[in-house]
Amino acid sequence: MADPFLTVTHLTRRFDVSKPWLNRVLEREERQFLTATADVSFAINKGETFALVGESGSGKSTIAKMIVGLLAPTEGQIAIDGQKLDPKDPVSMRALRRRMQMIFQDPFASLNPRWRVGDIIAEPIHTLGLMPRAEITVEVARLLDLVGLSKADAGKFPHEFSGGQRQRIAIARALASRPDFIVCDEPTSALDVSVQAQILNLMRDLQDEFKLTYLLISHDLSVVRHMSNRIGVLYLGRLVEVADAKRLFHEPQHPYTRMLLDSVPDLALSGRRRKPVSGEIPNPISPPAGCAFHPRCPVAQDQCQIAVPALRPTPTGEAACLLAGVAPPTDA
Amino acid sequence: MTKPLLSVRDLVVEFPTRRGTLRALDGVSFDIAPGEVLGMVGESGAGKSITGAAIIGLIEPPGRIASGEVWLGDTRIDQLSPEAMRRVRGRRIGMVFQDPLTSLNPLYTIARQLTETIRTHMDASEGEARARAIALLDRVGIPAAARRIDDYPHHFSGGMRQRVVIALALAAEPELVIADEPTTALDVSVQAQIIDVLKEICAERGASVMLITHDMGVIAETADRVAVLYAGRMAEIGPVRDVILQPRHPYTAGLMGSIPTLEHAADRLVQIPGAMPRLDAIPAGCAFNPRCTQVMDRCLRDRPALRPVAPHHASACWLVDDKGAHHG
Repeated sequence: MADPFLTVTHLTRRFDVSKPWLNRVLEREERQFLTATADVSFAINKGETFALVGESGSGKSTIAKMIVGLLAPTEGQIAIDGQKLDPKDPVSMRALRRRMQMIFQDPFASLNPRWRVGDIIAEPIHTLGLMPRAEITVEVARLLDLVGLSKADAGKFPHEFSGGQRQRIAIARALASRPDFIVCDEPTSALDVSVQAQILNLMRDLQDEFKLTYLLISHDLSVVRHMSNRIGVLYLGRLVEVADAKRLFHEPQHPYTRMLLDSVPDLALSGRRRKPVSGEIPNPISPPAGCAFHPRCPVAQDQCQIAVPALRPTPTGEAACLLAGVAPPTDA
Repeated sequence: MTKPLLSVRDLVVEFPTRRGTLRALDGVSFDIAPGEVLGMVGESGAGKSITGAAIIGLIEPPGRIASGEVWLGDTRIDQLSPEAMRRVRGRRIGMVFQDPLTSLNPLYTIARQLTETIRTHMDASEGEARARAIALLDRVGIPAAARRIDDYPHHFSGGMRQRVVIALALAAEPELVIADEPTTALDVSVQAQIIDVLKEICAERGASVMLITHDMGVIAETADRVAVLYAGRMAEIGPVRDVILQPRHPYTAGLMGSIPTLEHAADRLVQIPGAMPRLDAIPAGCAFNPRCTQVMDRCLRDRPALRPVAPHHASACWLVDDKGAHHG
């Protein structure tokens, strides 16, 4: 395998969710921490799309924010092209920022309503000093054309556009600094399906044209399946399985992945019944001991309550389950 | 077909604005049979929720039903007084909305909200109502219902709250339940549980369901028939299997092709160019004509009516000729 483009090692982020000092003293409570991301390690290769899936509270967006430097990790490291990401070193951060951009979920919140579209797209070029002022107008027109909008749209304001068009503007802005890595945090979950298809197709075309590397964050398994090469499944802040995208859907190794796949509605009317699962995601402030999934797991054993299982190799990738690679998938 | 439980005829909903009157719903007609689950799909702004709101008389002023009729059994309900309509809501029509927190009062215990609903609509003593409420909570899958009934809404997780809302909607044993995006705010693993509960409990009590959602997957496994709305008009209606596997309206076909699926990986998704028109800019003729790949002269001039293409299956498209034959 070629050198990975992005490596994340033992990434952990804790949030202090304690009550104020006086309340803690009066109510005799301890400080409370929420571990949003716990000991997550993975690598993304150049030119591939790596997806992180998980339900709400699984830590997907926290990881995305740490990778682009919007949040500092509590522990662990992130390296891009062999260069360590250090939020305390503004000079190196600035150089790395040009190379990575982000597309957010809500295209209504991520564009400044008082700025014209042309200025929004030109902002990264100005800030990073990438080209002389005179050339920027031409560049903005080129970017708009690239994402399927017209040159004349540069003079309009965001409210004049639909959700799908705004997401195109956000993509044009992300491309303005000519990055090689884009973090896409739920890029289509605010959009209708027919518009979602347009945006997903556009993202693919751009990836082919500019050899982009994507980190795709999504809760929608069918979107993830359509877009990605490899997939990481998160549960309560921990990576429970990493696998090749094609194989994950046929040979899930972790019981949580299997549960997640079983719970997707069947659109092809193949007669596959979805199996409802028991229970909900536990409170992340006090997750269950051992494997966090054991209270909901159909194949849990005594050991699962004691130690957190490490990722171990499986035929399709890696899985953090004592039974991974041991027992054949049971059809209970 | 047996006599429908709900019959909606040529419903038109208008919103007067400073710049003219907007038609949010334009001539929508459909029936729901007793015990049937009708799915209602469409993109944002297609008029799904407005249809639900019009049936239960909860259109926000200045919006109003401009014409058309809504019949529930033998009662015409679109012209009832607010008092009479309030009695229909809850008693004969139950409602489940997307966000469970908007349907539950945060200041009252679950017990109070449920027994109040039961006692408003049915003849029951406080004790009977409470026993009934506990049985209902138990039925929708709330563990330790007898103890949890005295909790407040914020003590419950999102999935559990939606179960409480379902219990509340069914408390007075209504004939029809209108569920507007009941699982959109929930995670996929919880979504399956909620859909199952809703489906089972309605089947058990013989209640019909109008399920409003943008999620074709949920429709595919839950509904008997599905209605596809586009720009406030009905594009297609028919049995779920037929509409999904053999859509007869180009919009439905495009919609189905644009959904990525787990079953087979397509290299590119079918994309419908453009977006749904705004209500103040609906084109003449067929509302879908600017986005349609098979558009003809006629589509620009005349609006197609909903015409049968197969038994119980109708499509509003000029490509369907009078004999119900179909384009490719």
